[in-house]
Amino acid sequence: MSTTPSSEFFIPKLKTDIIISMLGKGLRPNGRKVDEIRPVTIIKDYIPNADGSALVKLGNTQVLVGVKLEIGTPFSDTPNEGNLMVNAEFMPTASPVFEPGPPDENAIELSRVIDRGIRESKAIDLSKLAIISGRKVWNIWVDIYVLDHDGNLIDASSIGTLAALMSTKLPNIEVKDSGEIVIDKSNKGEPLPLSKAVAAVTIGKIGNYLIVDPDIEEESLLDSRLTVIVDEDGSIAGLQKSGAGYLIEEELPTIINIALSKGKEVINTVRNIVKGSK
Amino acid sequence: MGKVGMKLIESGLRHDGRKLDELRPISMSVGVLKNANGSALVEYGRTKVIAAVYGPREPQTRYMLLPNRAVIRCRYHMASFSTHDRKSPTLSRREIELSKVVREALEPVVLSELYPRTSIDIFIEVINADGGTRTASVTAASLALADAGIPMKDLVAGVAVGKVDGFLVLDVDELEDMYGEADMPVAMAPSLRQITLLQLNGVLTPDEFTQAFELAKKGIEAIYSVERETLKKKYLDVKVED
Repeated sequence: MSTTPSSEFFIPKLKTDIIISMLGKGLRPNGRKVDEIRPVTIIKDYIPNADGSALVKLGNTQVLVGVKLEIGTPFSDTPNEGNLMVNAEFMPTASPVFEPGPPDENAIELSRVIDRGIRESKAIDLSKLAIISGRKVWNIWVDIYVLDHDGNLIDASSIGTLAALMSTKLPNIEVKDSGEIVIDKSNKGEPLPLSKAVAAVTIGKIGNYLIVDPDIEEESLLDSRLTVIVDEDGSIAGLQKSGAGYLIEEELPTIINIALSKGKEVINTVRNIVKGSK
Repeated sequence: MGKVGMKLIESGLRHDGRKLDELRPISMSVGVLKNANGSALVEYGRTKVIAAVYGPREPQTRYMLLPNRAVIRCRYHMASFSTHDRKSPTLSRREIELSKVVREALEPVVLSELYPRTSIDIFIEVINADGGTRTASVTAASLALADAGIPMKDLVAGVAVGKVDGFLVLDVDELEDMYGEADMPVAMAPSLRQITLLQLNGVLTPDEFTQAFELAKKGIEAIYSVERETLKKKYLDVKVED
């Protein structure tokens, strides 16, 4: 059951008023422009035992994404396609309000939004991940670990997922005559077939003001937010409104335009960092 | 595209004979349950959803009380027999996400600050699923809240727009959702012009998105007027005894 949350961090009324009056002048308490994303740093292949991984910092938000590949059986309706599974864990390390335990509705929502973005944009070419048609395929497990929460977990997770997938190598395998598959993890194989890059851009709404990449202080003041999944062709590959507030129609073109341009920026940043840091 | 190679749209008509911008037959009734403070049954074609509202009432657990408003609790649940293959009755990840999305679609209109330290509980049971269950759920829950007499700023109405065989279509059913290219559920409080639910599963260009949203608005207006008629009818039916 989903219950109205109590505010995680209470912000004094005086500070709230100051933040809102600053937004009226196009300023933010953290010094950023309304459409400015925090600096992104990515360390790829951070986890030697994973088939792909990335540690991402979006400002002070830290997310670790690990990709594991396993041999699995295909679903009957997609006999020649690999399977994608995305899961998110909000670690108790990340915030005083995160408790150990199974993923809550926020973690589930986050992982499902990331999953839909990758799946629907066909970012991973799942048709190249069949090993034995109809019988054996690659299962791609994407696990998102939120290590430190300073706001906008979804965009940080999307950057981490993209970077981890870009660094993922398919293990070398040998299919024996008996049908047995031997995995050779001694050396890295081919990169995971990615056909497209996607990025989530979250725009928050405080009163009538729109801000990109809200930090935790701004998040506690948000009325609502819209996450836009943008693909590299400039299409919208997913949307998710979240929060107890609303949006108005006139805001939609603004939000979409900001998201499209910021999304492109984010995808380029991730590409450059992942390719550059050989 | 049509994964099975079947055409879902032929000469401007959909597989069930509807036009691109045509809703399924919509029917609604309120007060369908005796015990709930408010209830509603909503049907979008073969999709059937029951919503019950209990409250404002003392919450089950006191720790979740809020001092300045009522908490809204919402559960979206699909009956095990509502789908083609039996669905496990335990809440799936999808149902957990949708419980949140539906709650957040109703939060903006409920005057929860009038009932501090209470809870308003919304229980949604999808009893037959044929696409558009979350938007039918929002519509049903909104009616049940009104039926419970809970003060609201507006009703909320929802509908999903899809992209099928390259065409934008209103009120997607399950077949269109399964084989279509995109599915975009939208819910609005029409008089306030507030968008309270917006999701997109699939890929749309920015232009397609704008057109899809226009189509959704059209459907929402029509559903909204059925909602209002349904509530008015409830009071016309009241007999005054001498």
